[in-house]
Amino acid sequence: MPEIKVTPLGAGQDVGRSCILVSIGGKNIMLDCGMHMGYNDDRRFPDFSYVTQNGRLTDFLDCVIISHFHLDHCGALPYMSEMVGYDGPIYMTHPTKAICPILLEDFRKITVDKKGETNFFTSQMIKDCMKKVVPLNLHQTVQVDDELEIKAYYAGHVLGAAMVQIKVGSESVVYTGDYNMTPDRHLGAAWIDKCRPDILISESTYATTIRDSKRCRERDFLKKVHESIERGGKVLIPVFALGRAQELCILLETFWERMNLKAPIYFSTGLTEKANHYYKLFITWTNQKIRKTFVQRNMFEFKHIKAFDRSYADNPGPMVVFATPGMLHAGQSLQIFKKWAGNEKNMVIMPGYCVQGTIGHKILNGQRKLEMEGRATLDVKLQVEYMSFSAHADAKGIMQLIRMAEPRNMLLVHGEAAKMEFLKGKIEQEFNCYMPANGETAMVTTNPSVPVDMSLNLLKREMALGGPLPDPKKPRTMHGTLIMKENSLKLVSSEQALKELGLNEHQLRFTCRVQLQDPHSDPDTLHRVYTHLKSVLKGYTIQHLPDGTVMVESIVIKVSSSAEDVNAKVLLLSWSYQVQQSPTYLFFRRFRPRFGIFFGNV
Amino acid sequence: MKLYCLSGHPTLPCNVLKFKSTTIMLDCGLDTTSVLNFLPLPLVHSPRLSKLTGWTSKDGTVNLEKELKECAGRVFVDSQPEFCLPERELLDLSTIDVILISNYHCMMALPYITEHTGFTGTVYATEPTLQIGRLLMEELVNFMERVPKAQSATCWKNKDLQRVLPGPLKEAVDVWTWKRCYSMHEVNSALSKVQLVGYSQKVELFGAVQVSPLSSGYSLGSSNWIIQSHHEKVSYVSGSSLLTTHPQPMDQSSLKNSDVLILTGLTQMPTANPDGMLGEFCSNLAMTIRAGGNVLVPCYSSGVIYDLLECLYQFIESANLGTTPFYFISPVANSSLEFSQIFAEWLCHNKQTKVYLPEPPFPHAELIQTNKLKHYPSIHGDFSSEFRQPCVVFTGHPSLRFGDVVHFMELWGKSSLNTVIFTEPDFSYLDALAPYQPLAMKCVYCPIDTRLNFHQVSKLLKEVQPLHVVCPEQYTQPPLSQSHRSDLMLELTPPPMPYRRCSVLNLPFRRRYDVLLTPISESSSWFM
Repeated sequence: MPEIKVTPLGAGQDVGRSCILVSIGGKNIMLDCGMHMGYNDDRRFPDFSYVTQNGRLTDFLDCVIISHFHLDHCGALPYMSEMVGYDGPIYMTHPTKAICPILLEDFRKITVDKKGETNFFTSQMIKDCMKKVVPLNLHQTVQVDDELEIKAYYAGHVLGAAMVQIKVGSESVVYTGDYNMTPDRHLGAAWIDKCRPDILISESTYATTIRDSKRCRERDFLKKVHESIERGGKVLIPVFALGRAQELCILLETFWERMNLKAPIYFSTGLTEKANHYYKLFITWTNQKIRKTFVQRNMFEFKHIKAFDRSYADNPGPMVVFATPGMLHAGQSLQIFKKWAGNEKNMVIMPGYCVQGTIGHKILNGQRKLEMEGRATLDVKLQVEYMSFSAHADAKGIMQLIRMAEPRNMLLVHGEAAKMEFLKGKIEQEFNCYMPANGETAMVTTNPSVPVDMSLNLLKREMALGGPLPDPKKPRTMHGTLIMKENSLKLVSSEQALKELGLNEHQLRFTCRVQLQDPHSDPDTLHRVYTHLKSVLKGYTIQHLPDGTVMVESIVIKVSSSAEDVNAKVLLLSWSYQVQQSPTYLFFRRFRPRFGIFFGNV
Repeated sequence: MKLYCLSGHPTLPCNVLKFKSTTIMLDCGLDTTSVLNFLPLPLVHSPRLSKLTGWTSKDGTVNLEKELKECAGRVFVDSQPEFCLPERELLDLSTIDVILISNYHCMMALPYITEHTGFTGTVYATEPTLQIGRLLMEELVNFMERVPKAQSATCWKNKDLQRVLPGPLKEAVDVWTWKRCYSMHEVNSALSKVQLVGYSQKVELFGAVQVSPLSSGYSLGSSNWIIQSHHEKVSYVSGSSLLTTHPQPMDQSSLKNSDVLILTGLTQMPTANPDGMLGEFCSNLAMTIRAGGNVLVPCYSSGVIYDLLECLYQFIESANLGTTPFYFISPVANSSLEFSQIFAEWLCHNKQTKVYLPEPPFPHAELIQTNKLKHYPSIHGDFSSEFRQPCVVFTGHPSLRFGDVVHFMELWGKSSLNTVIFTEPDFSYLDALAPYQPLAMKCVYCPIDTRLNFHQVSKLLKEVQPLHVVCPEQYTQPPLSQSHRSDLMLELTPPPMPYRRCSVLNLPFRRRYDVLLTPISESSSWFM
């Protein structure tokens, strides 16, 4: 039986450096190619030697698919394609293709220019890598080659995020990337049709959480920001430039408008304007409401939110600052955090998940003394708040997606082992669930259908035999010849098969000799057999032909006498192999008691 | 397998394909050339049009002076303009399972089909087709509702009366089926039945048939369709283009191996080269402006106008027209310009690259930002106070029978300094101008039709090799006016099967196989 193999090189029982290898129907696909925020060494990238120890990536992989532009899903892409070496196609949606190189360049600058690392990919490599990208449209069926096809579905999460269906013949796998099942202020909810994949590979970041309603979280967030501003504090919100940032900007913008607040809101990088441009040009990827009203009012033109300058951090008075990156592991958000950490009036709001090893993760776990580079320690006095705004599906959302797609098996990635274990238990009440660790392979046996082209003539002939209407619930036996030619299967009538293959027809007949004692002449014996058969085989066509044979349907009976003994007669029976089944059997069964002869192997 | 042909207009088709027990409507084009028989609807009271004399037959026996008016030597119907709908009697429209739309020009009859016929099926179209189609319908409704006409002329349609009318009213066909414009309510209801599809998306219909749209290169989101079962393939080719304009290029290879290819929507101007026309457009425009005149461009609010604006963007500086105001007037002008910028996925490669930067794909964004191009919903309001002459005005409707264009014809027609430049190929410009004669204004005809010409289509057919081609009868003979041009028709072996309005064709299929699906566990036992 065929098998589908799934091996995570990253994101197996872990969050970060998503990279999953899938082997299906003889094709190998890499899903995502991310980096890990929690490491600065080799562990930052997936371990491609898993593949390269046996040869080049290009020879092994049929394609690479990137689900969205977050670095934990695409951060290792230039490293993989340009440094390890891969020349095949890389698929991603248009917005991802537009935004991904900007974030990669940003990431490269922080790593190389600020931290001074060498042996890292260059700007040129990012460009060369992006040349290998083939854009994907939603719901478009892309034929990677004659057998492998992929199709993208809307995933919500961030602008341009997609889930992908991978299909070879009738076997298929769906990979969700990151997704969310509830529409937010700027994106819609993930959607997929009832495609019944053999495996659904789902993220499970919030596998154990069922989050309260979005409205409550938003109210909470605004209340906290408002209180802090009222008492003259500064609020730092570490975000990634694209994604949650826009949602929170829309939220604060409308709140400021309604409450008529005056405290400044800043957005840290020069990327904002650019980012908002992307949202305007790719407005078809946002939610219904924004799309409907964009001509009258573009939600991504903010009145209250201004660009941030480094010097503003020391300004007196309250302010709200959005700064990148989102996990406080480097860059401007970390610098501002260091400046403001000492004042208990200030507040930092972490709006998303933080990977282990980042400062974000540490302070969320209640650590109040941080060891900084150069042995200095930092006392964290400011308030630390966590608001789960990152757009991942929670346990309820994951179950919702399962109902939508109706997979046969489930495979969890992009989550913590303990949380996965819990969800796995729940899912396994219905069907198999796998959660391979990095480098471990999950094997799933499939039961694909084999399409056979059946000749219409044969189909009609066979249909006519079995009465007017076929019963769709009952299988039906058919007779025909199966021809395998150039990867296709054809079922045709035997006459057509002979003709197509240029073969002569051979007749196969069964014969049988029955000895019996009868003193009459040959013709009389035959006549007696004839009258007897007439009396016992009601409902059969029995003919006595002038050439001295009796036909029971298509079975031929002759009589001959032996030379030595005139009383010993031999009944000669002959029938073609097609008749082998019921009529012959019936004939012999009726005959046996009368003549008392054992007919052996019929 | 049968094809029912409900429209005789080769570029505004409406056919129904019965294929494997599904009933599929291919496009839903609305023939608007009928409006040329009507008087223009002026936005502002026009003394000239209101003083026209009614028409009575010469012998005085037929008096239709309330309904028909004589204007510039022709007789026009004085009523809200009406459209020629697809045939509705040829088959029961409530049995239609799906409607496949190929581009936004070919869906204008949708509300007539989906509303009030008992239609319960689904309409499939791409997102740009839906959004821009909605704008064009909205514009049409707005044009009509802005100038309500109490009168609905029906007496002239009486067969006995129509016979004695002067041409072209006398020759008009099926006038009884002509209908007034739909309402916005009907448009919304019709469009709510649209399901969005992407290029190369495979849509299963009842497990029997698979349909899939392919990029056709003609307009934003325009598509050809593949309709296939496991062993039969029908290609439906509607407005397609091989020229490099703004949309994604045409997907030709997927049309290969068709049993039947239905070919519609070829260029209506087979002898006019679009590039040459564009050049002529620019030079006439510049000449008029330099002489102190105004330029009027009657056009649709989406489509070729994007290319015209792009061409002008490059032309303005070199022709020293930097200070000339360009106006785009339409109730949907703003929406059309905005929508054109958000369909990156559906654009040609060059424009996609701009979006990645991120910059707007069309340069009209910059024309608007620098105040060179201004758009207004109508001539009323802001426009009347901000309007400066000499200027260039883009406005609809290209038939010159309704919309803001009527006002500019009345306003500028008397001066020989002004020029009207026709770029849309859908209407004969002489017929369009008829009710405005005599005109002092210059008239230039530069029809830009980027759809396939006969040369391109025969090359395409050689490449994709369909077994049979079905096409409107107009394509099987040279145009009447150029009967010696045998290169302006389709010559194929076997010859194409021609259709006309109300034809029913039996499509030639020789199906020899059907597909069975067998689980692999069973199939392995075959060989034991």
